[in-house]
Order: sequence, then structure tokens, then C-alpha cells
Amino acid sequence: MTGAYVASIDQGSASSRCMLFDRRGRLVSVAQKEHRQLFPRPGWVEQDAEEILGNVLQVVPDALEKAELKLADLVALGIANQRETTVVWDRDSGRPIYNAISWQDTRTDKIVNRLAAEGGKDRFRAKTGLPLTTYFSGPKIQWILDHVEGARDGAERGTVLFGTMDTWLIWKLTGRHVTDVTNASRTMLMDLRSLDWDDELLEAMKVPRAMLPEIHASSEPYGEAGAPLRGLPVAAALGDQQAALFGQTCFAAGEAKCTYGTGSFLLLNTGDRLVESTHGLLTTVGCRIAGEPPTYALEGSIAVTGALVQWLRDKLGLISSAAEIETLARTVEDSGGVYVVPAFSGLFAPHWRSDARGVIAGLTGYTTKGHLARAVLEATAWQTREVIDAMNSDAGTVLRVLKADGGMTADNLMMQLLADNLGVPVVRPIVAETVSLGAAYAAGLAVGFWPNVESLRANWHKAAEWLPRLDPETRERRFRKWKKAVARTLEWVDDDDE
Amino acid sequence: MPRPIQSIQRAAQVMHLLSGRARRLSLVELSAQMGLPKGTVFGILRTLQQVGFVEKDPDSAKYQLGAALLHLGSTYLDGNELRSRALNWADSLAARSNETVRIGTLHDGRVLVVHHVFRPDDSYQVLQVGSLLPLHATALGKALLAASPYVLSELDGEELTRFTARTITDVKQLTVALKEVKRRGWAADIGELVDGEGSVAAPITDRSERTVGSIAISGPIERLCESELPRSDLVAYVRESARAISRDLGAIPW
Repeated sequence: MTGAYVASIDQGSASSRCMLFDRRGRLVSVAQKEHRQLFPRPGWVEQDAEEILGNVLQVVPDALEKAELKLADLVALGIANQRETTVVWDRDSGRPIYNAISWQDTRTDKIVNRLAAEGGKDRFRAKTGLPLTTYFSGPKIQWILDHVEGARDGAERGTVLFGTMDTWLIWKLTGRHVTDVTNASRTMLMDLRSLDWDDELLEAMKVPRAMLPEIHASSEPYGEAGAPLRGLPVAAALGDQQAALFGQTCFAAGEAKCTYGTGSFLLLNTGDRLVESTHGLLTTVGCRIAGEPPTYALEGSIAVTGALVQWLRDKLGLISSAAEIETLARTVEDSGGVYVVPAFSGLFAPHWRSDARGVIAGLTGYTTKGHLARAVLEATAWQTREVIDAMNSDAGTVLRVLKADGGMTADNLMMQLLADNLGVPVVRPIVAETVSLGAAYAAGLAVGFWPNVESLRANWHKAAEWLPRLDPETRERRFRKWKKAVARTLEWVDDDDE
Repeated sequence: MPRPIQSIQRAAQVMHLLSGRARRLSLVELSAQMGLPKGTVFGILRTLQQVGFVEKDPDSAKYQLGAALLHLGSTYLDGNELRSRALNWADSLAARSNETVRIGTLHDGRVLVVHHVFRPDDSYQVLQVGSLLPLHATALGKALLAASPYVLSELDGEELTRFTARTITDVKQLTVALKEVKRRGWAADIGELVDGEGSVAAPITDRSERTVGSIAISGPIERLCESELPRSDLVAYVRESARAISRDLGAIPW
């Protein structure tokens, strides 16, 4: 092996990025290209899988060029991808038979509701770890097979193929039709225990087995790429949030990370234990390294975190940039008893109440915009607290430190509030691009660039740490108030609402 | 309504004229345009010069608007904004140099630390965001000071605090050192704040080429220096990250 760098592709909802990392896990180069998001009807979100492939094939050489490296300097390529987005293509022509249907697309609500009517939203939870919602791939496949002429016949004969973005890219790069366990765990078609497609699920979703990829480990050499990346081993695939968990080196049970962006994703490694949530969290595969058993994870997502700051900026105009919220929030000592619960489209984990709508509670004549700004930052902290409490309770573990990443970690006050309101230290790693790093790590491991996960741990360094400063009495008193504010969001939506 | 203050009206007129098309005007031109005696206009100009609103171009002896004006008004860059734009670059500087990284801005005659990345060795470190450092004894401060002659002029006649035997406490000597900082585009402090500790900094500029902050690595002199001078590879890392952040802030690429 002569190369000294690993490439990773972060194939996201809005763009594809290539990042190159050296043996110490340091970011060496970045190239990015955005793709179009298509909105043909309200609630429909599509992407052009061929455009995305073209972008991926461009950002790898772009990243190499920026760092003045050659293809031969790379030892492997890993892929982290937007999860659940569904591509269906013709095996012989190699062309998609329909646009990729995004995870955000809600056209499958009828299919999902019909399935739920026959046994409840949680009828597949024991097997898949997932509730019936529009995000997951299975119903999206069904929709395409029902709406594209000849698709179902082709799927049954195995000439029409399905894949999430990882599968589509690997098929195009190497010619193999494979996926990894983490991506497969988001289709609602895989049994979490057997790690294989499940006949009962396939039948319920009306998806023929012949169109499905083989399920492989997340870190495993899948094959070598052809031109224009000729000879490059494609050696990892993970869903983006699982990749971030891996990039944060949360390899042991009890370790958790939260990625803070527009929304936020908290994943807790539960090791070899498949924990079924009683609090509405998702059970998912965290990762599987070739030759090893899988690690499972609990996932809690928070729909509105950075989006609440954007709301303050774009809809209320209280700040002119997202970063300014910290300046405004620092004009006051605390939130002055104000609580903002951003239940913009209902409450998600762990409450799951679609009848809820947002509230600002505790307003008095004393309240200033500074208090409001601070309450907005605290809302992210309290929502994280609720998900962590649910995870601790489901998994029977106690989180001792939270590893945070994502763009919002630039907000130091929010990081401090997080530590204060959780009562545990919050640390930020030196490589904030944990999604890309995770895919690179998994690929490098698969080809022996790194000997084991322990060597990856040595690459993880604290860039900053925030310790809890709030006394426990104040923390719990404020949390009680937060819960009261949450209670006030409930039963807001009426059947005859305009 | 109280009567307007005539001297302020006249000062405003001078500034309006200097912001006009000509940009630079001589004393004669200004007094002709204002219809006032040269002596009166000279008095106004001298006061404006003292507060940094007007500068005299040494070559042409003409007057122009001063740098201190740029610090007023809408061009102010929020420190939190600077941190959020600099985050990835500061991380990468810490990873490449294996040293502590800090970003500072001017604040009341001192350096305000707006961002801090731990040295990547997992030793016990405490976040220093929000702390204030002396301008004259740190690389961060010198990089800022070299671009802010007005702030420097305010130090004139003041006793600069001595922290170590190497601290520059003489304003004249500091002025000479800052000329060198401006010329080469980076600043250093070698044991000037804490014995045995040093730092290397470069200025961060925005689209109007105004220095809005500085970024520095710091650590023990044995690691940072070679024969008493900052290691050239580390200087290059610092300057590259300052350039990258400046580019992200819209500065003209160079």
C-alpha cells in the first residue's frame, strides 16, 4: 500500500462532498457540489440520481487536485449518505426509472396509514426498530413500482433494482449490487436480528426480493472502482448519522454523539444489545465491521434546533445572522423565566404529539429580546435533555459525557447551556466533519490503513469542553418549568382548524 | 431647541468633503471649499486627526478619512460571527500545528479571545473564550495593533505593563516592532507575556481589507521556535489559516 490518504464521500440531501483525511484523521482537502432538489408537488421531494452520481465523480478529482494529490495517493473510498432516499433503476440501461424519492418526501402517507390501520404504527417496530412514518424506503419503493409502467414486472425478474444512495453509487462505481446494514436498517424491510431482508416485511410493503441488494458489513472492501476512479477500493458505506457516530469514535456501548444542525440527531451506541424503545426512539444498526458482530444504536432526532434560530432571524428579524444570537443572548444572565417550545409541526421524540403547536411561555413585562434569544438556545438544550433521559431510561445506561458536533457547536453559549441543563460535560472534537470522517475511518479500517478501532480513538481530540456550572437544584427547577411549557403545547390543534 | 454647536458642524463638513470624490484634499483646498480661514480649518483637522477620524498622507501632505471611522457604523463584525466562520480553519490549524489556537479581536484597548481550540493532546485545558489579553505583549495583540494606528497612538505616553524581562514596555520600540509586523504580515511574542511561552499570529481581514481579528497558535518556546525565531512551517500554517478565514469573510484573495 503506497497511498497515505483516505477519501470519503458525504452524499447529503443538498450536496455531495469529498473529503480527504490523512493517517492521523486530519482533514486535508474538501470539494463540494450541490445538486437540485425537485419539488414537483406539495410534499414531494425528488432528486436526480444521475446528477448526484456525476457530482460524486467530480468532487473526488476536485479534492485531489486541491491538495495536489493523485488517485494513487488514496488507499480507499468510504461513503456516508443521506438515509432512506430511494433510487430504483433499470439493470441493463443503468438508468433510473424514476427520480430518487427523498427521505423528506411525504407522498407515501397513504400507504403508511393503510399499513398502520392494519395493526398500528408500531406493528413492525419489534422487527425493524422503526415506527410507520413516511421517511423509510420500503413504502417509497412500493409507490414507484405502482406508478411506473412495467416496474413491478422488472423488479420481480430482477432487472429493475432498488438501492439507497450508497447502493446506487457502489453499483455505478464497482458494478456490485450491495448495501450496508445501517442503510438497510432504514428501509423497514430488514430484520434487525437476522440482518437480512424479511419476507413478512417484503410482503407487507409489496417489494420483490429480487430487486434488493445484498446486505453487507459497513466496513468491508466491496470492490474496486472503474474509470474515472479506476482501481480505488470502495470499502465503506454508512448512513450519515451512523457515520457521525463512528467518526466521533463512539465505539463502545454507552457512548453517544449529537450532531447539531437545522435539526439534531442524537445516537447512543448500545453495543450488541438491541434495545427496543418504550419512549418512541428508533432502534437502528450503528455499524458492522466485516467479521465482527453488529453494534446497535438508539436514535432520537430533534426536528427544530438550528431551525429555531433561523426562525428568530428570518421570521422575527431579531438578529441578522445565526451567530448573532449568542451576542443577543449574552445581554442577559438567564432566560428570565421564558421558555420557547418549538413544536412547529407537533412534538417529536419522546412525546410524539401531532396535536401540539409551539408556545412561548412565561412572558412578563420584564422580558427582553435577550431573554427570548436565550430561551431559544435553551430550547435546544432542553430538547436534548428529554431525548437523553429517554435513552438513559430505555437503555438502562447513564450518559457521562456528550460528544457534540455540527455547525451549531460554534455557539459557545449554547454549548455551555447544554452542559448546564444536561448536568454532564459537553465536548467538541477537533474534526467537526464527523460524518465524512466516520466514512473515511470505516473505509481505512477495511483495507488495513488503520489496524483497529483503538488506533482511531487515538485520533480523537477534544477541541473544546464545557463543564456544567449550574447547581442541580436550579437545573431541575428549570427543567420542571420546561416540562410545564411542553404541557402547554398539547391539544392545540382542533379537528375544525382553518 | 439648543443652538447647534458650530465646531461640530464644521468638523462634519470636513468629513463630508473628504468622503467626496476627491478622497484626499489639502488644507488650502479644504479652506477654499469651506470658505474659512486656513487657521480655523487646521484646528478642526488637527482635532479630527487626534481622534483618528482623519489621517494626513505623509507623501502628498493631503488629508483623508481615518481608519478609526471604519470601526464605527455597520462594518462592525460580531465576535461570535467571526468564530462561526473560522471554526473549521481554526480546528485544522490546531491539528496541523499540534498547538493551542486562539482568535482575538480588539476590545477596549485589549485583546478579547473570541475562539479557542485546545491543543490536540487531550491534556487538561480550560476554555479561554471571553478572557482579555494585553495588546503589546501578545502576538494576537500585535497583529491587531499593527493595523490600528489610532489604538497605538492612544498608548502613547502610557506605561506599558511589564510581564517578563522580554516584554516591550517602550511605545517607541513597540512602534518599530509593529512596522515590521505590518511589513511581513505576521506577529510573534517570544516569552513576552509568560516566560518560556510564545505565540505566532496573523491578521484576519474582511472585504474592506480592514483587520477584524487575529489568529494565533501558542505553546512553549522550545516547540514554537528554532534558534530564537518562530519556526517557518508554523508561521506558514498560521498565515494560511488567516488567509483562508479572510477569504471566507469576503476579503480579496491574494
